[in-house]
Amino acid sequence: MKLKLPRILLMVCAIALLGASITGCKKKQSDADIKAAVETALKAEPMSTVTMVDVKDGVATLSGECKDDMCKASCEKTAAAVKGVKSVVNNLTVVPPPPPPTIAADDPLTSAVNDALKAFPGVSATVKDGIISVTGKIAKADRQKLMMALQALKPKKVDVAGLTNN
Amino acid sequence: MSLQNKYQEIVDAATAAGTQDLLVREQDGVLYIDGSANGTTKQQLWDLYEKIDPDYASGDLVMNINSVSGVLEGAKLKITTNRSNLNIRKGPSTNDEIIGKAARHEIVTLVRKENDQWWVIKTDDGEEGYSYTQYLTPVEA
Repeated sequence: MKLKLPRILLMVCAIALLGASITGCKKKQSDADIKAAVETALKAEPMSTVTMVDVKDGVATLSGECKDDMCKASCEKTAAAVKGVKSVVNNLTVVPPPPPPTIAADDPLTSAVNDALKAFPGVSATVKDGIISVTGKIAKADRQKLMMALQALKPKKVDVAGLTNN
Repeated sequence: MSLQNKYQEIVDAATAAGTQDLLVREQDGVLYIDGSANGTTKQQLWDLYEKIDPDYASGDLVMNINSVSGVLEGAKLKITTNRSNLNIRKGPSTNDEIIGKAARHEIVTLVRKENDQWWVIKTDDGEEGYSYTQYLTPVEA
């Protein structure tokens, strides 16, 4: 009995594969068919941001952007596994990660926060290690304006635990 | 990654609205979303932010959508203070001396951008100095 489970799984996989390739059955796949199949297969890849697939004589060329090398390799593997693909030319480029956020130093941040708060009487704030801690009372309607102003100052974080609504 | 999921709606909306230089990254439990967009998109993204995180209570997102990066020197700006006049100062800080005032809803001209918070403006009367950008709204051409 124990052996049966993997066998069933295999069968399910086989049926799924059959289903996927049923359109190409019994006739030679054209490059356009292969291209469509590769595109479908890559869409199922959550990490893939491939923009272009080109197929010529069964050779699939992938181009576009990937977030890392792992994604690049896995896209290539996925494409290579598609029926009719003889080989894969992997022209995917890995996008460098975005630069880390810029956090303002406490002194300029403090004076910028003080400037911003002039419009919000009843609200005060302290700055430490880039974190703006806001206290006081504010009209609920003004809260968004206050947050727009403070979050534009490049803080590490804005803590409004001490800010209550009027 | 969970923070990205929490605020995914904002990122999707920002992308759909064609936000320029959109940067989304997470560091030490805070998600940072930066970009440039028009005022309408900025408002839309902030309304989404408020919907996802009522009162902005979580403190796990710092969103900086610049709606004035495309404003060029010579552009006309409307003074959009809540009620009072806008101070025109000698330098880019509220510690600097007030050298003039612009009335609420007056139209002034952008001379130069000192930084995101302070711009040099000129009134039609010829008063020129630094004003706080929060109260300057570009007049749509």
